Amino acid sequence: MSALAVRGLAKRYGAVEALAGVDLKVREGELVGLLGPNGAGKSTLVKIACGLVRASRGSAEICGHRAGSHEARQSMGYLAELFRFPGWYSADEVLGLHQKLAGSEGGERERAELLELVGLADARARRVEEMSKGMQQRLGVAQALVGSPPLLLLDEPTSALDPVGRRTVRVLLEELRSRGISVLLNSHLLSEIELVCDRVAILLRGRLVAEGSPAELARPRGVEIETDDGTRLFEGASREDTPRLVAELVGAGRKVYGVRVLTSTLEETYLEAVGGETS
Amino acid sequence: MRDVLTIAGYGLREALRRKVFVVVLLLTAAFLALFWLANHFLFENLANVGPPIGVDARTFAGATIFGLAMFGTLFLGVVLAIFLTLGVVSGDAERGLLQPLIVRPVGRVTLLFARWLGAVAVCAPYVCAVYVATMLITGLTGHWWPDHLVVPGVELAAGVAIVAGLSLLGSVFLTSTANGIAIFMLFGAGLVAGLVGTIGHGLHSHQLERGAKIAAWLLPFEALYQDGLREITSKTSGLTGFLLELGPFGGAYTGGATLRVWAAVYLVIVGAVAAIGFTRRDL
Repeated sequence: MSALAVRGLAKRYGAVEALAGVDLKVREGELVGLLGPNGAGKSTLVKIACGLVRASRGSAEICGHRAGSHEARQSMGYLAELFRFPGWYSADEVLGLHQKLAGSEGGERERAELLELVGLADARARRVEEMSKGMQQRLGVAQALVGSPPLLLLDEPTSALDPVGRRTVRVLLEELRSRGISVLLNSHLLSEIELVCDRVAILLRGRLVAEGSPAELARPRGVEIETDDGTRLFEGASREDTPRLVAELVGAGRKVYGVRVLTSTLEETYLEAVGGETS
Repeated sequence: MRDVLTIAGYGLREALRRKVFVVVLLLTAAFLALFWLANHFLFENLANVGPPIGVDARTFAGATIFGLAMFGTLFLGVVLAIFLTLGVVSGDAERGLLQPLIVRPVGRVTLLFARWLGAVAVCAPYVCAVYVATMLITGLTGHWWPDHLVVPGVELAAGVAIVAGLSLLGSVFLTSTANGIAIFMLFGAGLVAGLVGTIGHGLHSHQLERGAKIAAWLLPFEALYQDGLREITSKTSGLTGFLLELGPFGGAYTGGATLRVWAAVYLVIVGAVAAIGFTRRDL
């Protein structure tokens, strides 16, 4: 059973078609990155999965339950792109409130663990209004983890974080994967997605235009071979061509010192998929 | 039930933090002080008043000033109810406060009901407390007591609960500012309709009375207020009773049990429309 299964999902806001029939799956323990320019429909997809927005067509299921149902909401944690906690609550109180609403019986131990996990152990009693945006975002991630849901939907969880904060979240995501928690990560930060995600889905104008692991999505750009005659680039060659190319060069009397298989980065793949579109 | 109490507590804490209660308590203290002063001078000068034959000056003065206090109490209760509920859906959604709560397995209808309950849990005791305080001030200062002590206070509290319901309904469809304005205007329209009905009663104008009755059924908080006003002098008859019915702070209408049942049904309808609207709304 998939943690998240989206089939033919469509959403129309008046004349604007935010989603035009998207199929996507997040398997158990899988970390999937959702990419796309502004207005591609990423947040709409996540919101439908959370039950915040109603689909015009198609279906979304969380752990086998219809998105938005009581059971589906019990099985997921969500961090919205734009969210706020009441400023007068302490970090501990925010988690306490969500524990009550999620029906979690983790108590103080769960709260302490979550704050430790997001690097806010020292800010337990600090009020939200006294926290930086980055700290609030990390508290948001901790809030999403209350009740140990099997699926996390994170909408731009690192947008307000500095490099250290981003690294904290990245390490956290890897930790979650090791615990078997599935994550759908909606982010603009390609490097981040490339580093942590098992699979990437690229949306453009409400449609899925590319999907696969970062390695699958990477296009071969050639093989670079360093010989005694200098460095030569074999454009269009792939990893599979490398032994033959090396054998030919050695056969021709060249000395081979190094070989590098060149592939496109996720950024290049992304730009190719969206055609340079920004919004 | 635990979810309801959690959300209601969340709403109350928000109000506490925003100093809504501090402002309301200060205004109430000022209102009660001024009301006591008004009662003091009114009844002190009563001996010098020569009323027309058949008019009981003490009853007339007591009922009128207590009717004024009931209006003030209703107004303060309505202000409190509106400010506690005007941004529950749209306002909190715009600020990003609502989404983290909504995705929890609580349910939108539960959230709405809990926020209404939280507001009523504050407003109803508040209205009852101010009602009792003003009744004690008038009773102890002027030695005049309403014909019915409890029912008018309960009706005021029920009227405020209806306004809280309307404000919650408005918050589903309107922004905070638009909702606040709309509900205050609705409240004002109800009061004007009530006064028009009183004038119609005095002039024996059936058209005005009919219009006021329709308005009262459409806005039962006003009808409950009118009913409460009528209840405080329901046993007062003769010229004094007639003059009090002409208002503005005396009631000409009694809704009775039908009104109270309709008020409850109305609240359920408002709640149902709000729940349906909220359930269908994209956030």
